[in-house]
Amino acid sequence: MLKFLTILKVGMKAIARNKLRSTLTALGIIIGVACVIAMIAVGGGAQAAVQAQISSLGTNFLMIFPGAATQSGARIFTGQSTITDDDVTAVRQECPSVAYVSPMSRTSAQVVSGNLNWGTSIQGVGVDWPFVRSWNVEKGSFFDDSEVRSTAKVCILGATVATSLFGDQNAVGQMVRIKNFPFKVIGVLEAKGGSTMGQDQDDTVIAPYTAVMKLLKRSSKIDMFMASATSRNTVDQAQAEIEALLRQRHRLQQGQDSDFMIRSQQEIAQTADQTSKQMSALLAAIASISLLVGGIGIMNIMLVSVTERTREIGIRMAIGAKGRDILTQFLIEALSLSIAGGAIGIALGIATSRFLAWKQQWPIVLAPEAVLLAFGFSAAIGIFFGFYPARKASRLDPIDALRYE
Amino acid sequence: MSRTIASASSPESAAGQADDVIRIVDLIRVYQMGEVEVRALDGVSLTIAPGEFVAVMGPSGSGKSTFMNIVGCLDRPTSGKYYLDGIDVSELDRDERAEIRNGKIGFVFQAFNLLARTSALENVELPLIYSADGLRARERAAKARHCLDVVGLSGREDHMPSQLSGGQQQRVAIARALINDPKLMLADEPTGNLDSRTSEEVMAVFQALNERGKTVVLITHEQDISEYARRVVQFRDGKLVEDRVVTNRRNALMRG
Repeated sequence: MLKFLTILKVGMKAIARNKLRSTLTALGIIIGVACVIAMIAVGGGAQAAVQAQISSLGTNFLMIFPGAATQSGARIFTGQSTITDDDVTAVRQECPSVAYVSPMSRTSAQVVSGNLNWGTSIQGVGVDWPFVRSWNVEKGSFFDDSEVRSTAKVCILGATVATSLFGDQNAVGQMVRIKNFPFKVIGVLEAKGGSTMGQDQDDTVIAPYTAVMKLLKRSSKIDMFMASATSRNTVDQAQAEIEALLRQRHRLQQGQDSDFMIRSQQEIAQTADQTSKQMSALLAAIASISLLVGGIGIMNIMLVSVTERTREIGIRMAIGAKGRDILTQFLIEALSLSIAGGAIGIALGIATSRFLAWKQQWPIVLAPEAVLLAFGFSAAIGIFFGFYPARKASRLDPIDALRYE
Repeated sequence: MSRTIASASSPESAAGQADDVIRIVDLIRVYQMGEVEVRALDGVSLTIAPGEFVAVMGPSGSGKSTFMNIVGCLDRPTSGKYYLDGIDVSELDRDERAEIRNGKIGFVFQAFNLLARTSALENVELPLIYSADGLRARERAAKARHCLDVVGLSGREDHMPSQLSGGQQQRVAIARALINDPKLMLADEPTGNLDSRTSEEVMAVFQALNERGKTVVLITHEQDISEYARRVVQFRDGKLVEDRVVTNRRNALMRG
């Protein structure tokens, strides 16, 4: 042990003696580790943001689209929705695991107020919509059943639309025109931020689906509907109940494909999560390449160092150093370079991700495991790339090494 | 950590003079140079008793370098026996020979072979790093200081080799060779890189050490340097051709 400590000191001295070279060698590892750390932080941040947005949709959330997944091409041609308002009512009444349902009829239009106008998406929904989406009205109120039945021209603005059209003024009680129909603003939604796919969720207007269908779309069919299960655990059950009920109502035979499609929030979450995971894995993989290059740099310098110090190795062997003493000495040198590089790289990587978080407003999540992993990885690189030069040094013949000029 | 050298001592050594520092019997070293076999040493036998000061002479190609490599346990004979301090070292492996070199042999080289940018004191300490007994830094430094004092270099502990003259560098090397109190001082052309005045200075150190009982083997091709020894052996074509006692021995003067 004492001998090891002494050899450790010898290795450290050799590094200190060649300050510039050691710094440049370690720089490869520093940059590599810093890249990996920053990429993991950015990737982790993106993943966390995706997760947060998905859970903001509500975890027990189901979407029911017309048309089978296998016939998506045909659906575009017919333009006919296979889901009716009655289907939605039936689901609400007959599926015990379903808590809330809301039909949905979507279109996009210019919303005009005075001389300002704003192009946005208009979502026609039912009264349960705030519960399905767990999205509350911040100011004013939501519409009620009678307003839906009477095709009332009322609307609730998303935060972005409200700000764009009315600025700091209170939008509630104001009138807007959508496709030349006057709509009364009865509420403003609380701000929700960007969605999974990067759209601004607050850039929307909510109105009774009856009004959107009849006035804005001149259609008698809804586009789709949303449902929420009674709890997180009953999502699968709710999905099965809806599927069975709709198949029965649409008179589908056993073995026949469904003419609708149910997507659960969990599926969407999984897909989005997988995508962002793949993204961060890709980022980390690219960053690892620079770490690998750094490792090769260490190997290169160690090989040069072994050749340069052949005589020193010969002297050490002549006075009693064994092969493993020389091996240890050179491994320690490589390991110290990579560990020091790793430590500095971690600091630099954390600083870089902090800077990105501050400057670019990127969400940053840096797991301590990632830091430990990067540190372990740089140590492993030291051993891996240091081993060959060290072994080469340890196998030198002392007679030849002493004669080396 | 390492097998003790003493236990490796073979009963055969008892057959001869058990206390001989070197006993070499019919040593042969053959190098394979492609198709050709070169017999660098061709049946050399030699015994060196404790306290001797032997100069090994011979022209280049005579086998004296091969001889010195084998005596120094840097190389192994093709056949024949070599007992160093009663131990059969001709059969030892790499690591065991490293231990022998560390504990029983003190090397002094023509080119000094000190580590550059390393202080005199640290250079002298170097063999202790690789010793099995594992001294503490303080104990190592104390021993090294003592050895530098023996070669007349106290006060130069912190000098780098580049700040020392050739003679002083060689004396640092001698101090390094002394640090493990070796049975054998093995000097390979120690004055080859020095002028005659400095050479005398270095030879004075060897003579002084020999006076105190150290066994010294000196490889040289210079006649006048060999005359500082007590005994001269001559190599030619891989064979030992002459073994004589030096009659009018030169005495080197120790200078500052």
